Amino acid sequence: MSGLRQVIGRGVVVQRSDVDTDQIIPAAWLKRVERTGFGAGLFEAWRADPEFPLNQPGADRARVLLSGSNFGCGSSREHAVWALQDYGFQAVVAPSFADIFRGNAISSGLVPAQVTEEAAARLDAALAAAPDAEVVVDVAERTVSVGSGVIEPFELADYARWRLLEGLDDIGLTLRHEDEIAVFEQRRAAHLPSVSGSASG
Amino acid sequence: MTARLFDKVWDRHVVASPDGEPPLLYIDLHLVHEVTSPQAFEGLALAGRRVRRPDLTVATMDHDVPTTGLDPVTGDGVIADPLAAEQIARLRANCAQHGITLHGLGSSQQGIVHVIGPQLGLTQPGMTVVCGDSHTSTHGAFGALAFGIGTTEVEHVLATQTLRQAKPKAMAVTVEGELPAGSTAKDLVLGIIRALGVGGGAGSVIEYRGAAIRALTMEGRMTVCNMSIEGGARAGMIAPDDTTFAYLEGRPHAPKGAAFERALADWRSLATDDGAEFDKEIRVDASALRPAVTWGTTPAQSVSIDDVVPEPDSAATPAARQAAQRALTYMDLKPGTAIRDIAVDTIFIGSCTNGRLEDLRAAAAVIRGRKVHPGVRALVVPGSALVRAQAEQEGLDKDFAQAGFEWRSAGCSMCLGMNGDILAPGERSASTSNRNFEGRQGPGGRTHLVSPAVAAATAIAGHFAAPADL
Repeated sequence: MSGLRQVIGRGVVVQRSDVDTDQIIPAAWLKRVERTGFGAGLFEAWRADPEFPLNQPGADRARVLLSGSNFGCGSSREHAVWALQDYGFQAVVAPSFADIFRGNAISSGLVPAQVTEEAAARLDAALAAAPDAEVVVDVAERTVSVGSGVIEPFELADYARWRLLEGLDDIGLTLRHEDEIAVFEQRRAAHLPSVSGSASG
Repeated sequence: MTARLFDKVWDRHVVASPDGEPPLLYIDLHLVHEVTSPQAFEGLALAGRRVRRPDLTVATMDHDVPTTGLDPVTGDGVIADPLAAEQIARLRANCAQHGITLHGLGSSQQGIVHVIGPQLGLTQPGMTVVCGDSHTSTHGAFGALAFGIGTTEVEHVLATQTLRQAKPKAMAVTVEGELPAGSTAKDLVLGIIRALGVGGGAGSVIEYRGAAIRALTMEGRMTVCNMSIEGGARAGMIAPDDTTFAYLEGRPHAPKGAAFERALADWRSLATDDGAEFDKEIRVDASALRPAVTWGTTPAQSVSIDDVVPEPDSAATPAARQAAQRALTYMDLKPGTAIRDIAVDTIFIGSCTNGRLEDLRAAAAVIRGRKVHPGVRALVVPGSALVRAQAEQEGLDKDFAQAGFEWRSAGCSMCLGMNGDILAPGERSASTSNRNFEGRQGPGGRTHLVSPAVAAATAIAGHFAAPADL
């Protein structure tokens, strides 16, 4: 995963709250064993509607998705993040995110930019007035702007920001603590279960 | 210094708290299934990493396994869907390569990952349990801290047996009073989510407390904790008590003899201390909770079976009104329609929410000696091979078959419709599962979440009904 300082590109607004991961990528797509190739399934059911924002001219060049609160609720499928990325999105701007989705986004290098409800409304309005305006999600500065008129701060935890900026491998970071993990394992309670015994299937 | 159940479990799992980084949390049990693991194993292979603790990892096949067409005992047969067959083959190969115990098709312990963990006695109080599945919150019923993770985190746990986690907030959901006769754990949790909203638990671990929670069986507690994620919570927990200990004693992986006694002393110390405060608390009166039926496309959009489809204008905020209007359009419902007047096409009894033995018994008690309404398709999908075998020992399979239900093999099945058990576009279901999102049970399908008892009565009536209506 490479580092990501700024996302610059076209924005698309999907003006709904509680966008769940079954909408972002339907379960039928989860049979794939790769991390790629999910873009065609992104919002598959909603894209059947010609009015849906992704069916509008220029949407295929979009890099930033703006949506409602509790974005990414439901299933833990990281495939939802992969689908957004495979389509071309590098950031999602919303008033709130479901916890697992936010974690998955940071893991895979999709920026979850959390803005206030008021800021979201101003960003949406600016894009409605100028759909071709350039949207910039600045990870370093933690701001999102539409054209030259509107700029809003967003929330992103320091550690998440650092990881996105550096494109770090989390496992590599954790393995720096391997000695501490080994020490911890020595003092785990004796009654804790271990999965042993024969298996089948 | 007072501490909450959540703090006690959290604190004993912190491996390291590096400056400026989220704490590293040790994971006691990692549950793995075929759908969210192949990319994680591939990542391990690419980096040349091994599974650190195969002895704390257990795998099964549930999400896309067929529930019909294979031999129900041996699992022999051809999986018609080549993509599902490939995922299942990958899981077998990955488990074999890394020495991970797999309860695959044909194993007497195969089943939905959140059904088999408790059934095997692997889920115990005070543990941390993770799985690449949001309904991992189920295991919190034992006083474990259990939550769903994404595939990158699955890889992280495979490689390190830890996770980096900022500590969530602690929320209390206190349910006092007594559930009325005819209301169940499912109605209780749907009532809680209605009060909380689908995002109300975000950033929090819920502890369910109060007389109505204490009165639930372990299976009922699992139903409640299972749906914590539908209120947006990171996890749900219930303090372990004698009900928990009685459930655990004698299970294959539970401590035995003197070890069980030592474990008991530890488990009893986990309950939230008197006087401990929570970051947020909501209170729910169980005595007001009649059997619930969802009318919309989020689990928070439910009413009592005695009620009518609500007016969108009654929603609290403009966004909620817009969402309600959209949901009614998708569900093809008109405000003011009595819930009992809504006819259904399909009944699904199963899932990690309501696919355990008590659920099947509750449904069988309603349908015994009756017939499924003409034109209604009704499925029973046990949560595990063991649940299926136990139900058959009790003759429940015959009750269901005589009533006109299909008796299937264990799996997630129509809860998420990955395995071909789906609704046709426009079809309406009464389902004991956990999500009524648009298209959840198949593109264009319309899902109403209910308890097993209401699903069974609805199968007989052909429209939403409580057992007392029959």
